[in-house]
Amino acid sequence: MAVHIKRVPMMKRRIVLALAACLSCNVALSARADAPPLIAAASDLKFAVEAIAAAFAAETGQEVSLTFGSTGILTTQIRQGAPFELLMAADETFVQQLQADGLTRDAGSLYAQGRLVIIAPHGSALQADANLDALAAMLDAGGMSRFAIANPDHAPYGLRAQEALMHRGLWDRVQPYLVLGENVSQAAQFALSGNAEGGIIAYSLALAPEVGALGTYALIPADWHAPLLQRMVLLKDAGPVAEDFYDYLQAPAAREIMERYGFVLPQG
Amino acid sequence: MDWTALTLSLELAGWTILILLPVSVLAGRWLAYGRFRAKGLIEALVMLPLVLPPTVFGFYLLLAFGRNSPIGSFWNGLSGHQLVFSFEGLVMASVIFNLPFAIQPAQRGFEAIPVEVREAAACCGMRPWRALWKVDLPLAWPGLMTAMVLTFAHTLGEFGIVLMVGGSIPGETRTIAIAIYDRVQGFDMAGAGIMSAVLVAISFVAIAITYGLSSRIGRRLT
Repeated sequence: MAVHIKRVPMMKRRIVLALAACLSCNVALSARADAPPLIAAASDLKFAVEAIAAAFAAETGQEVSLTFGSTGILTTQIRQGAPFELLMAADETFVQQLQADGLTRDAGSLYAQGRLVIIAPHGSALQADANLDALAAMLDAGGMSRFAIANPDHAPYGLRAQEALMHRGLWDRVQPYLVLGENVSQAAQFALSGNAEGGIIAYSLALAPEVGALGTYALIPADWHAPLLQRMVLLKDAGPVAEDFYDYLQAPAAREIMERYGFVLPQG
Repeated sequence: MDWTALTLSLELAGWTILILLPVSVLAGRWLAYGRFRAKGLIEALVMLPLVLPPTVFGFYLLLAFGRNSPIGSFWNGLSGHQLVFSFEGLVMASVIFNLPFAIQPAQRGFEAIPVEVREAAACCGMRPWRALWKVDLPLAWPGLMTAMVLTFAHTLGEFGIVLMVGGSIPGETRTIAIAIYDRVQGFDMAGAGIMSAVLVAISFVAIAITYGLSSRIGRRLT
C-alpha cells in the first residue's frame, strides 16, 4: 500500500516534469518575441547603419538587430516571410515591388542616394581613376586577373556597376575577369583580398576605415549609371522599436552619419 | 567573437541530438537486425543527405517548409508563425540533414552485437524492450555515442542548408558558421579567425572522441 501511495506522486512528478520540459522548450523557442526588431539593410550600409544603430542605442536605450545582404536577396526573404520589420534597400524598385504586393506599411521614404567607386588594393597594378582609363588600359594590355563587382542579378550596386562599365564601353572586355560578390560588401572583400586587381563597390564602404585603408579609390561619375535611389520602408509587422528607428534614421544625428559615409541625402 | 551565434549553434546541435538519439536507436537497430526487401533502398535514402549538394537539399527544404507547402502551413496553423527563417525550421532541417550521421554509426554499433548474444537474450525470455535496455544498448553505446558526436559537430559546421532555410537572422538563425561568413564579408578578419579556431577545436575533439569510440565498438565481446 505504501508503495502504491508513493508511486502516484512519482507518476505525477514525471508528468509535471514532462510538461515543464515542453513549456521550457516553448519558452526557448519563442524567445524571439521580446528580442530587438530585425532590420534588413543593404550591404552598402554595413558600416553606416552599424554606427547609426550604436548611436540609436546610446540615445534611446533601444536595440535593433541588423542583417545585411543584397537588396534582392533580402527582398526575396521578406516575400518568403522572413520576420524583418524594416527594409533599407539600396534601390527603391525593390521597395515598390514589395509595396505592390501589400507587404509594406506604406511607400516608405527615400533616405539616401548612393555612389560607386572603383577601388584597387595597395600593390595592385591597377590605378583607381574616376574615368576608368587605367582599367581600360589594363584590359587592352593584358595583366588583369580578377575584377570584383556585386552580382548584378540581385545586388543593386552590382547592376549599377554593370551599367557604368557598359557606359564606359568596358563591359564586354571585363566580363571574363569578373568575380561576383553575393552583395557589395563581399565584392569589396573580394576586390581588396589581394587576389584581384580591384573592383567597383559602394562609396559608403570605401569610406569605412576598415575598407578604405586597404586600397585607393576614385568616385565614378554619377551620370554613368541610373541613380542608386535608396528607399526604406516599414514592413507589415513592424513594432514600436522599428518605428522609432525608422524615425531616428531621418533625424539630424543619423543624417550626419550617413553624410559622413558619402551618401547624398534627400532634402529633409 | 559572436557569442550569440555560438550559443545558437550549440542550442541547435543540442536539439538535433536530443531528437535524433531515439531516432538513431530505433532506426539503427531496425536496419541492423531487420531482413527485408527494401532495406537497401532505405539505407540509400538515409545516406542521401551525405552526397546531395547542400544547396540542392536546402532548395528542397525551402520548398517543403515554405508557407504554401503542406508542412509549412500545418506548422503555421499550429504555432502561429512560419517555419522558414525560424529556429524551429533550422532544427527540422538539421534533423533531416543529420540522418546519415546519426543512423549509420548507430547501425554499425548494433551490427557489431553477435546474433548469438541476442538469441540468448530472447531464449532467456527477455522482452524486446528489456533486451534493448539490458543487452543492446550496453553493447552498442560506442556506436550511438559516435553518432551523437558526429551529429553535434556536423550541425555546428553546416553552412549551405542553414543559409538557404534560415537566412542570417541574429539570435534566430545566424549560426556560428554563418557568422564567420558574415564577418569575412564585413572585413572583420580577427573575429572570423577566432570563431574559426573555436570550430577547429570543437571538430578536432569530436573526431578524437569518434576514433576513440570506434575502436571500442564490439571490444567487450572479444
